[in-house]
Amino acid sequence: MLTYILRRTLYMLPLLLVVSLISFTLIKIMPGDYLTSARLNPQVTEETLQAQIERFGLDRSFIVQYGLWLKNIIRYGDFGTSFDTKMPVYRALFLGNKLQWTVFIAFSTLVLSYLFAIPIGIYSATHQYKPSDHIVTFLGFLGLSIPNFFFALVLLWILVVIFKVGDHGLTVGGVMDLHFYGEAMSWSKFTNILWHLWPVWVVIGTSNMAGLIRLMRGNLLDTLSLPYVKTARAKGLTERVVIYKHAVRNAVNPLVTILGLTLPGLVSGSVVVAIVLNLPTVGRSYFAALQRQDEPVIMAGLLFFSLFLLIGNVLADFLLAWVDPRIRYD
Amino acid sequence: MASRRKKKAQAQLEEQGYVSRSQAQMIWQAFRRHRVGNVGTVIVLLFLLVAIFAQYIGPMSFSYQSRKHPFAPPTTVHWRDDDGSLSRPYVYATTRAIDRTTYAAIFTEDISKKYYIRFFVTGGSQHNLFGFIPTTGHLFAARADDGTEAPVFLLGTDMLGRDMFTRCLVGSWVSLAVGPLVILIAFPLGILLGGISGYYGGGVDMFIQRVCEVFLAIPGLPILMAMGAALRGFGLSAMMVFFGVIVSLAIISWGGFARVIRGQVLAIREMDFVTAASAAGASDLRIIVRHITPNITSYLIVSATLQIPGMMLTEAALSFLGYGIQEPMTSWGQLLNAATNIGAMELHPWILIPGAFIVVAVLAFNFMGDALRDAVDPYSIL
Repeated sequence: MLTYILRRTLYMLPLLLVVSLISFTLIKIMPGDYLTSARLNPQVTEETLQAQIERFGLDRSFIVQYGLWLKNIIRYGDFGTSFDTKMPVYRALFLGNKLQWTVFIAFSTLVLSYLFAIPIGIYSATHQYKPSDHIVTFLGFLGLSIPNFFFALVLLWILVVIFKVGDHGLTVGGVMDLHFYGEAMSWSKFTNILWHLWPVWVVIGTSNMAGLIRLMRGNLLDTLSLPYVKTARAKGLTERVVIYKHAVRNAVNPLVTILGLTLPGLVSGSVVVAIVLNLPTVGRSYFAALQRQDEPVIMAGLLFFSLFLLIGNVLADFLLAWVDPRIRYD
Repeated sequence: MASRRKKKAQAQLEEQGYVSRSQAQMIWQAFRRHRVGNVGTVIVLLFLLVAIFAQYIGPMSFSYQSRKHPFAPPTTVHWRDDDGSLSRPYVYATTRAIDRTTYAAIFTEDISKKYYIRFFVTGGSQHNLFGFIPTTGHLFAARADDGTEAPVFLLGTDMLGRDMFTRCLVGSWVSLAVGPLVILIAFPLGILLGGISGYYGGGVDMFIQRVCEVFLAIPGLPILMAMGAALRGFGLSAMMVFFGVIVSLAIISWGGFARVIRGQVLAIREMDFVTAASAAGASDLRIIVRHITPNITSYLIVSATLQIPGMMLTEAALSFLGYGIQEPMTSWGQLLNAATNIGAMELHPWILIPGAFIVVAVLAFNFMGDALRDAVDPYSIL
């Protein structure tokens, strides 16, 4: 088991390497690099320009540039300096606790969508083809069909224009009111964060939940038709025990497995929502870097998302092996 | 002769109370049973029809800028006369004025003249029906009895005074085409590589699977944004950017298809009929084309349909961020690009309407795919 996990984890490295090469190529073939715009900027002196060229080997061949970039990462853990802000890349990408917020938003949304999706799925399955089941199914499809960014826009519009939350001293967008940044945690700060985060949870959560509800419903329906459930009923157990103790425990397994697969979707899928709702996440600094052609930051951003994706996959494999003892891992 | 004998046999069976149906008939019947799916299919077909006749249904050219009507609200269509009795629908011409204190634009109706909505009119803006028949005909226009015309903005106008209704209809063409076109590229690639991988196994399988894994390890939306930025930077024409977006989406998604198809082929390869065919001396090509492919075709069609909504959503998100479809082309996501700040949404809420088109179309595709999935497996008990 341990060797299996270790091997899966180590296997991430060559994949990341190839992904880094692909992203590097993509960014280098992007026309109009940073140097062109820097040359046109009268505030950038010739010396700083030369220093930049020297540092990143910008006048050398593609392979050398890639090698230099990779060497700096592996030997010094140095992802370079942001062309735009002159900060180290990890700061440009994670400034303002962006990494923590990204992880927190992803995990909290994950937990919340599971907390809601499983009971709703159970309800939907035990009320199959009843009107309530149809309503749940329809809402699930609706959640699946609304683009996240559009949902966020509409929610923003409803809060600001219809409910006029601004009149009650409430702001929308971001994760807390500006003056709370850097302040110690207090009750008012906590409630303020909650107020700012619920639209995020609703928007990202619904699209995530739709799939989970369908999966839970389908699995439970399959499980409920199995002979051992019939046996349990024949023994005279109450319906409650049959469903929760016998059926649900088996039906919930696949949901545990895909937990790892939903996580990366929450991170890279929330990029657009983060832009609309002005959230301090890595997705937004990636977007900003893309707009300014800040190559080192774009590169590091792509690697970050890729790493998250791979961690999610490994997590899924690990959970599958853990949940289902029939899986052989050799 | 044979078919007549067959028919006779079937008639005899039916007399005895048996019903025999072909596979296609069973699929069709199962499909018909899924009512919501049928509604979805009808909506999808309607959208296709609208996309084809977009320039005809829309009252003006999608790129026409009405300088006097920037951010005009949706035109009110009146149903009642001044005395309250029912009337033919009509609109008034509007004029734009600026409020001296708030600097907000105010559109006031000039109620001196009524412009009645007339259908199947000619003499409007010129466009090419089906792309090659030049015509000035439009589904409707608002004209007064003396022949003068007033603009009808059913869904308001954008910043440049372009009719949102027409733009939504024209944009539907792009939004609807993206999914199928991506599938058209990614699917053959996935079938070919996944098929080879599953059928031959061994070293080839190893290699193709590793390549797949690399493509699956690429984070979709972020890399598509970067690709969009690259496309934009090249200064390509809007049409080329459109194709570029499609190719990028295909590059990102073929790996997943190849994986799934490999699994299918792997399972079918072990079936007895494949062994029988190869024992009978059938070539690999024949086994793949005649024995394996027919068994996964329905599955392929269904999974293609189920992929389309996701593609549409991705295209919408990309275009919304400005890394997808570029002007002068338009799509629903690209139209929403105008709604990036809350101020604009507050003053001109109608710029959010293209989003409703996305929701309805994606929902319809989802339902259609769901019905198809249930239908292709007619032996399963629903």
